[in-house]
Amino acid sequence: MKRFFGFVRKEFIHIFRDKRTLLILFGMPIAQILIFGYVVTNEIKEARIAIYDKSKDAVTHEITDKLLSSDYFRLAKTIEDEQQIEATFEKGDVKEVIVFESDFDEKLHHEQSAQVQILLDATDANMANLLQSYTSGIINDYSRHIKVSSGNMPAIKPKPRMLFNNELKGVYMFVPGTMALILMLVTAMMTSISITREKEMGTMEVLLVSPLKSVQIIAGKVMPYVALAFLNGVAILALGYLVFDMPVHGNVVLLLGETLLYIIMALSLGIFISTVSPTQQVAMFISMFALMLPTMLLSGFIFPIENMPWPLQWLSTIIPAKYFIILIKHIMIKGTGFVFVWKETLVLLGMTAIFIGLSIKNFKIRLE
Amino acid sequence: MITARNMVKKFGHFIANDHLTFQVRKGEIFGFLGANGAGKTTAMRILCGLSAPTSGEISVAGYNVYRQKEKIKRSIGYMSQKFSLYEDLTVRENFRFYGGIYGLPRKRIRERTAYLLEKLNFSHAIDKKIAQIPLGWKQKLAFSIAIIHSPRIVFLDEPTSGVDPITRRQFWEMIYETASREVTVFVTTHYMDEAEYCNRVSIMDQGRIEALDTPARLKEKYQAANMNQVFVQIAR
Repeated sequence: MKRFFGFVRKEFIHIFRDKRTLLILFGMPIAQILIFGYVVTNEIKEARIAIYDKSKDAVTHEITDKLLSSDYFRLAKTIEDEQQIEATFEKGDVKEVIVFESDFDEKLHHEQSAQVQILLDATDANMANLLQSYTSGIINDYSRHIKVSSGNMPAIKPKPRMLFNNELKGVYMFVPGTMALILMLVTAMMTSISITREKEMGTMEVLLVSPLKSVQIIAGKVMPYVALAFLNGVAILALGYLVFDMPVHGNVVLLLGETLLYIIMALSLGIFISTVSPTQQVAMFISMFALMLPTMLLSGFIFPIENMPWPLQWLSTIIPAKYFIILIKHIMIKGTGFVFVWKETLVLLGMTAIFIGLSIKNFKIRLE
Repeated sequence: MITARNMVKKFGHFIANDHLTFQVRKGEIFGFLGANGAGKTTAMRILCGLSAPTSGEISVAGYNVYRQKEKIKRSIGYMSQKFSLYEDLTVRENFRFYGGIYGLPRKRIRERTAYLLEKLNFSHAIDKKIAQIPLGWKQKLAFSIAIIHSPRIVFLDEPTSGVDPITRRQFWEMIYETASREVTVFVTTHYMDEAEYCNRVSIMDQGRIEALDTPARLKEKYQAANMNQVFVQIAR
């Protein structure tokens, strides 16, 4: 055991003496989460909207004024007939079209209800969501206001409809997504590089000749990365929670447990990569192209998996990050317990077992 | 200290070691010579437990290579062909690390470090990083580290490749000094002048040991003025 800790200490010295490693370990996660966070959660300011007012009465004018007097919206276009709506969206002139139904004032006062349709360009899902809630907010506010003054219960019903991406996949994706990406990179890439470095430098042979068992060597090499990656995961969660109001509805212990499982999975993948790569460059290359890009593109982090063509959907089932993102979203946003995520947990466990098995097999071949 | 009888190592159809039989005595400096690809490194890797032999009876330091690998590992030191210290660690940290993986107590590591560095006249550089030290010194340090746990046998795989003649000379002085304390030295080399320093040498060619004797007797047998001529006659 003492030998093992001596080994771990050496590994920490390697990490803390190498500025590049430090930067990747600590600089990158924070930079990424802030970049993704601020790019995705933008505040609305003077969003360009169009209004199609079929009624043109006092109430619709009042609502329009209320909308435009806020800083959030700017009238870019007034639409006069149905056909223009689609054309306007396709040109990309506006992000939102508000449609008042005809005889608005009358319906509101006689039928106690009138409809405002809010059409949104949801190609930018997050933006569309924000616009929708701001618009609905203003209309609801107005609705409450007239209710109080007239005594009866008229209601204006905002009917939002998302165009192009009606389920709004992509909101709250960046915290789970960034976490999946960073933990994958830090653990898999760093472990594979640090193990191949020993191979390349020739120190691995000396270690293998020593009384240390190969399991001890590998465990000693990866232990610091487990600790640091876990710290990273906690930091990302904290940043998401404190800076970006990412909710944590589920069990924190379960969340951290799953994070640890994902780290161990990434680590076994890193060990596997190190057994197939002769040099640090190869290890880096494999990690970059075989891990980073698929993790970003195929895990559902940036593009919704449901919208992919089926070969890519199929491919996404072997991307570990996909399962981690599902897990994290379930636990954080929906607050579900282990009974709802055991399948994903099992997949991650299975992947870990496969990578460790393959690594041991490769390692043995090398020693023969 | 080392006994090999009919040691065979095959990689598929390729026979890297073809029935090697030799013995190395305690405190002996045993030179293992041969052209590139003759099978020296393969044989050394088997003796160190880095590679499993296909067949043959082999024992190192009195232990069986098939069954007592762990005991062998505790009794041997190894200096690899590639340079094997950690560049980003200081001299002291390297000693501490390698002493640690052999399970030496802290105090013993400190004593050994001080003793070995003193003999090298290198105590002043104890806190320098390996990266800042010239190659010749690094080789000498690597050797010192290979014997930090006072092994009974030390394996040196082409320890002097790429260093200048003066350092090589000093290196061999270290080897002699070590052997004088009853440590067996098993060394592979390309340099034929170094072969002259060994007590006995074996010359390998295409997986077989073609000659094994003291340098003096080999020269007599092949009627050569030096080991270089012996080697050329055998390897041709």
